[in-house]
Amino acid sequence: MIAYAFRRFLSLIVSCFLISVLVFIVMHVIPGDPAQIMLGTEADPSTLAALRDQLGLDLPIYAQYGAWARGVLSGDLGESLRYHVPISKLIASRLAVTAPLAIIAILIAIVIGLPTGLYAATHRGKLGDYGVMALSQVGLSIPSFWLGILLMLAFSLGLHWLPAGGFVPWGKSFIGALQSLLLPAMALGLIRAAVVARLSRSSLLEVLGRDYVRTARGKGVHEMRVLWKHALRNSLIPIVTVLGMQFAALLAGAIIIENVFYLPGLGRLAFQAIGQRDLPLVQDIVVLIAVLVVGMNLIVDLAYALLDPRIRLE
Amino acid sequence: MKQQRKRSRRVKKRSVSFTLGIVIVAVVLAVTVVGVLYTPYDPIEMHIADKLSPPTWQHPLGTDSYGRDVLSRIMQGAGNTILVGVVAVSGGMAIGILCGLVAGLAGGMRDEAMMRVMDVLYAFPAVLSAILFSSVFGASLTNCMIAIGIYNVPIFARLTRGSVLSVREEEYVAAAHAVGRGRAAIAVHHILPNIVSPLIVQGTIQFAGAILAEAGLSYLGLGTQPPFASWGGMLREAQTFIGLDPLLAVFPGLAIAITVLGLNLLGDGLRDLLDPSFIRSY
Repeated sequence: MIAYAFRRFLSLIVSCFLISVLVFIVMHVIPGDPAQIMLGTEADPSTLAALRDQLGLDLPIYAQYGAWARGVLSGDLGESLRYHVPISKLIASRLAVTAPLAIIAILIAIVIGLPTGLYAATHRGKLGDYGVMALSQVGLSIPSFWLGILLMLAFSLGLHWLPAGGFVPWGKSFIGALQSLLLPAMALGLIRAAVVARLSRSSLLEVLGRDYVRTARGKGVHEMRVLWKHALRNSLIPIVTVLGMQFAALLAGAIIIENVFYLPGLGRLAFQAIGQRDLPLVQDIVVLIAVLVVGMNLIVDLAYALLDPRIRLE
Repeated sequence: MKQQRKRSRRVKKRSVSFTLGIVIVAVVLAVTVVGVLYTPYDPIEMHIADKLSPPTWQHPLGTDSYGRDVLSRIMQGAGNTILVGVVAVSGGMAIGILCGLVAGLAGGMRDEAMMRVMDVLYAFPAVLSAILFSSVFGASLTNCMIAIGIYNVPIFARLTRGSVLSVREEEYVAAAHAVGRGRAAIAVHHILPNIVSPLIVQGTIQFAGAILAEAGLSYLGLGTQPPFASWGGMLREAQTFIGLDPLLAVFPGLAIAITVLGLNLLGDGLRDLLDPSFIRSY
């Protein structure tokens, strides 16, 4: 297991290096003078020269990459051109919104999707099964941001139960912060719940057809015990894997949802940085999100290898 | 016998969803074609006096905040959405298949290197690539297509490579080698035709994903640019007036959901038709 984890970790380092090179190259093929583009055509020559010096734009591109990569490795991501604060601080403050949003969304997906999928599997071919499958098919077809708008219409503008947008900081009101995140997390989580429900249904159905389940039934083991002790535990392995792999989709969805609900998260920060031409900030956020995605894929691989030893031998 | 009857019933139920998928996709394509040739009103011409009109006989889906006919804009938006889906998925598919074929047939270090590059591309969801490109080149429909296309490349590359690995040791490939056919000819004439089924199914599923991605990017203003209509862009505009006219936020969303639903049903049905072994798990 240690050798497998070491191999995968080496592969993660290579991927992170390639991601940083790719993003850096794309950001530096920008046509024209990047400093001029960031500051606008009205900027005076001394300000332009200062920015070029700050960003090291006069250095060769490999030297620029080296300086940036050294900074990233030592935790110094540079300074935002618009907010005039260290980018690392800015990202940390925005992660305090995006991370809980993603966690609540995943919890909603599990709490709704898993029991629904299990219900459908144990009622296979019956009305309840068809209902769950139809609903999950609809869930897979709805864009999360449209669901967000519909939830806003119902629970904010219609029933006045939850805020339609904005964010109450955690330090000011914990309940207020949770309320601010609930509708966006539902918009993200309900769509993922459809994926979890379909997968848990098919995974459980497959396990229920295995020999050891038939043997347990043949030995007269109670059906509930067969389901919980023999079938469910084994059917959970692919579900955990897919949940981990949904992480990228969840982050992408969060970028849009944060803009629907005006949440000051990482996605909204990236979106605003485009409009403000804050290219160093865009560059760091894009690299961070891409690295988070490959990091999550590594965790999923390791968890899978831990649960299923055959993976390590391949 | 009983098992066979059960299975046949399941196949029939699945073919119902396949038929439904075909019907929905056909209707959407028909609306798209009609929308290119004819719309009841000019989709971009403003009539401020008629703004935020509820559904009427003249405007069956109402008008938006600039007095533009919502039905006409949905029809025009269908064209943009389908265009992005076709270009992004077929582009990503072509490059992905090529990379997957090369990796699967070459093996060794070249395979490993190609797959590491695919891992890196896979770390960029379409919206992330779109943010990257828009910050450098500006927001446009072309950049939106490129971003969605890039996201599709590793998906098709991995699928193709996996399929190539499963068929490259088959006798017909060995026979082609034995008669002296080159690698490229074997890939195109012998391997590709035998792995095309899963690629078609994945293509349909990715097409649905591309429509969702385009809608999301247009909502953010990184896709189709105003004044041209897109379903995602219409939702962004509708959100501003959600308190005054909630219906404005309903129709474009329904258009997206119905189109994606049709493609998902079609993809599921195609998978059952082209890979009957899959039905056994249902």
